[in-house]
Amino acid sequence: MTDTSGLKLTAVAISLAGRELIALDTRVACGEVLTVMGPSGSGKSTLLAYIGGFLDPVFSARGSVQVDGQDMTTLAAEERHAGILFQDPLLFPHLDVADNIALAIPETNGSRRDRRRMALLALSAAGLDGYGDRDPHTLSGGEKARVALQRVLMSKPRLLLLDEPFSKLDAGLRAQMRTLVFSTARAAGLPVVLVTHDEADAVAAGGAIHRVGDDL
Amino acid sequence: MAQALRRSKLSAHRGLVHGGGLSLARLAPPLTLVVLVGPLLFGLAGTLLPAFGYLPALGGTTFTTRHFETLASTPGIVRSVLTSILAGVVATFLSLAVIAGFIAGHLDSPIFARMRQLISPLLAVPHAAAAFGLAFLIAPSGFLMRLVSPWLTGLDRPPDLLIVNDPMALTMVAGLVVKEIPFLFLVALAALPQLRHGDMMRLGRSLGYGRVASFAYLVWQPLYRQIRLAVFAVVAYATSVVDVALILGPHLPPTLPVRLIEWMNDPEIAMRYLASAGAILQLGATLAALLIWLLIERVASLVTGFLRGRGRRLRRDGAVRGFALAFMALSALVVFGGIAVLALWSFAGLWQFPDALPRDFTARTWTSVLQRISGPLITTFWVGLISTAIAVVLTILCLEREYETGRGRGQRSLALIYLPLIVPQISFIFGLQILAISFGIDAGGASLVLAHLVFVLPYVFLSLSDPWRSHDPRYDQIAAGLGLSRWRALLRVRLPILLRAILTAAAVGFAVSVGQYLPTVLIGAGRLETVTTEAVALAAGGNRRVIGVYAFLQTLLPFLAFAIATGLPGLLFRNRRGLRV
Repeated sequence: MTDTSGLKLTAVAISLAGRELIALDTRVACGEVLTVMGPSGSGKSTLLAYIGGFLDPVFSARGSVQVDGQDMTTLAAEERHAGILFQDPLLFPHLDVADNIALAIPETNGSRRDRRRMALLALSAAGLDGYGDRDPHTLSGGEKARVALQRVLMSKPRLLLLDEPFSKLDAGLRAQMRTLVFSTARAAGLPVVLVTHDEADAVAAGGAIHRVGDDL
Repeated sequence: MAQALRRSKLSAHRGLVHGGGLSLARLAPPLTLVVLVGPLLFGLAGTLLPAFGYLPALGGTTFTTRHFETLASTPGIVRSVLTSILAGVVATFLSLAVIAGFIAGHLDSPIFARMRQLISPLLAVPHAAAAFGLAFLIAPSGFLMRLVSPWLTGLDRPPDLLIVNDPMALTMVAGLVVKEIPFLFLVALAALPQLRHGDMMRLGRSLGYGRVASFAYLVWQPLYRQIRLAVFAVVAYATSVVDVALILGPHLPPTLPVRLIEWMNDPEIAMRYLASAGAILQLGATLAALLIWLLIERVASLVTGFLRGRGRRLRRDGAVRGFALAFMALSALVVFGGIAVLALWSFAGLWQFPDALPRDFTARTWTSVLQRISGPLITTFWVGLISTAIAVVLTILCLEREYETGRGRGQRSLALIYLPLIVPQISFIFGLQILAISFGIDAGGASLVLAHLVFVLPYVFLSLSDPWRSHDPRYDQIAAGLGLSRWRALLRVRLPILLRAILTAAAVGFAVSVGQYLPTVLIGAGRLETVTTEAVALAAGGNRRVIGVYAFLQTLLPFLAFAIATGLPGLLFRNRRGLRV
C-alpha cells in the first residue's frame, strides 16, 4: 500500500493569460517544509492561493491537490482547513486576543465558554499568560505573531501555508519565530508550504526548495 | 510586464472560488438591478403612454399629440422650461467651481481637514430644511435684514423686495448650490486617494506652476472623470427639483417641475394627460441641460488645454484660492445659520420686524405641532428604516458577490447605479403613480418603501462600496483557512470590522429617505405623509414658527442617524485601537 499521508501536488500548473507562472509536481510529507522561492512578483503566492482555494478567476490552474489522500481541488476554501500565515499577523481588530483564538476553534468543540477556556490555555502554552482580554492592537510585533500562530494551530489545520511570514519581523525575532513555527509544525505533523524570497528562510526550513521565475 | 505581474500579485489575494460563498448573494445583483431599473422603465412607460393620449383608465384609447399641443400653448411654458434648464446648469457650474477651486487651492491644508469634518452634518440637512433656512436668513424680513436694521438701513418695516421667489430664480440657485457643494465635495474626496494627488501637486509646483494651475493641469482631468456621473446627477437633480423650487423658486411662472406637480395634483383628473406630456418635456429639459453641460465640459477642457499648452504658470492665484475658500465657508455658514434661525423661530414668542432676536421664547409652537405631527413622524421613521435596511442588505450581498466573483466593479455597473439619480424623478415617479391608479393598486406602505428604495439604494451603495472594496481580503482568507464558513466569516469578521462604514452608509440612506419629497407626495397620494411633505406644504402659508418646528425636526432625524453611526462603533469598540479612524 502506498503512503498517501502529507500534501500531494499532482501536475499543478498556474498560468495567467496563457503564460505559465508556476508548475510543479511534488509531495510534502507530514512535518516537512516545501520552500517555494522566487523574486517578488514571480507569481509564487498564486501557488498558496491555489492550494488554499482562493485563486483569483483571472488565473487558470490545472492539476490536483491531495491531503492525506483526500482530494481538495474541488473543495471550498473553508472546507480545506489550510491554515495561513501572512507577513502581517492580521489579528481580527474587533476581538480581544482570546476571542481571536476562540473563533478559530472548530464549532464542535463544546460551548462558547469552553472554547474561550481552550483559547486561554493555548495562550499560556505560548507564554502569553494574561493576554486574553487585551486589545490585539496593543501587542508587540512578536506577540502578535505568536498569537497568529496559536490561532492557526487551534483551528486544527491539515496543512500550513506560509506567505513570507517572517519578512516583517526584525532580525532577532525572525530567527526565533522561524524556529518556533517550524518546530511547531513538525511536532504537529503538518505539511508546510513556505513562500519566500529570503534564502535564510529556506535554510532554516530545511526541506526541498522549488524555484520559480528565474528567467524574469 | 511588471505592471501585469503586480496586478496578478494583487489579485492573487482576491476572491473566493470553487463554489464557496453565499448562494443568497447570487440573487442580489439581479434583484438590485430590478429595484433600480424596474421602476424607471415602468415609470417612464407609465408617463409616456398618457402623454400620447393612451390611458384606458380615463378613457384614453387612441394615440394623439394633442396634449403636447396644449402644453406648447400653456402660457409661460417656455419661460418655465428655460428657467429650469438654466438654474440647473448654473447651480451645477457654481457648486463644481467652488469645490474645484477649494480643492485646488487648499488641498492637504488644515482648513481642508476642517471642511472635511463638516461634510457629514452638511449632507445630513435635507434640501427642504436648507431652503427654508436660506429663506429665513435672506428674506426682506429675514434674520440678516433684522441684524442691520434699523441702525444701518433705517428701515422699521421690511423692504418691499422680492428676494425669495425672485423671477430670475437666483435664490433658488443659491439654495441648490449650498446643498450640492457638500455632495460634490464628498464625491471628490472619495475619488482623490486613487489619484496620487500629493505627488502630482508637488511635481507641478516644482516645475514652477501655481497651486491652482498644478491642480487644473495635472489632477483635475482624472478627478473629473471619476466624479462625472455624480456631476450629471447634480445637473439632473437641479433641473427637476420640486421642493427647493416650491420654497425658493419663482412664482410667475414657476419652474417646470413645480407646474408639473400642480397639474399632477389637480382635482380635474384629465389634467393627468397634460402632466404626463409635461413630465416627458421635463425629460427633454434635463437632457438639454446635460447637453449644455457636455458643451461646458468641452470649452473648459479646451481652455485648460490652451493654458497648459502655453505653459502658463499662473502663480498669482491668490484671488481664486481666496474666493473658493470664502464661498466654501459661506455655503456651510448659510446651511448651519439657516438651521439656527429655524430653531430660533420655532421657539420664538413675539418677534417684530427690526428686532434681531425674539422678545420672549415659548414652547407653545412645539407642543401644538407635536400633537399633529406624530403620524407623519412615525411614517417618516418606518419608511426610512425599512428602505434603508433593504438597501443595506442588498448592497452588502452585491458587494459580497462582487468579492466572490471579482466582477461588477466596472464603469457599466456604476452607470446603472447612477441611473435613477440622472433620470428626473418627476418623469418616472409620476408614471408609477398612474400605473398604480390604472391597476387599482392602493397607495400603501409597501409602494412608498419601494419608491424610496430607488433613491436610497444608490446612495447606500456608493457610500459603502469604497470601504468594502478597500478592506484587506487576507482577513477573509485567514477566516476561510481557519474553517469558518462564508456566512460566519462575514458575520464574525468582515461585518464587525466594517461596522462603522456600514452604519455611516445606513445613516446616508436614512437621510436620503427622510429628505424625499416628490416620491412621497406622488406615491403616498396624500394619505401617507412624512415630516418632509408636511414641511414643504407649509411653504405657501408662511407661518414661520410652525415651519421652524417642521424643518428643524426634518433636520434632526438625519442628524440622529449620523450621531448613532459615529457614536455606536466608538462605544462598542472603545478598547479596540485597531478600529479607530
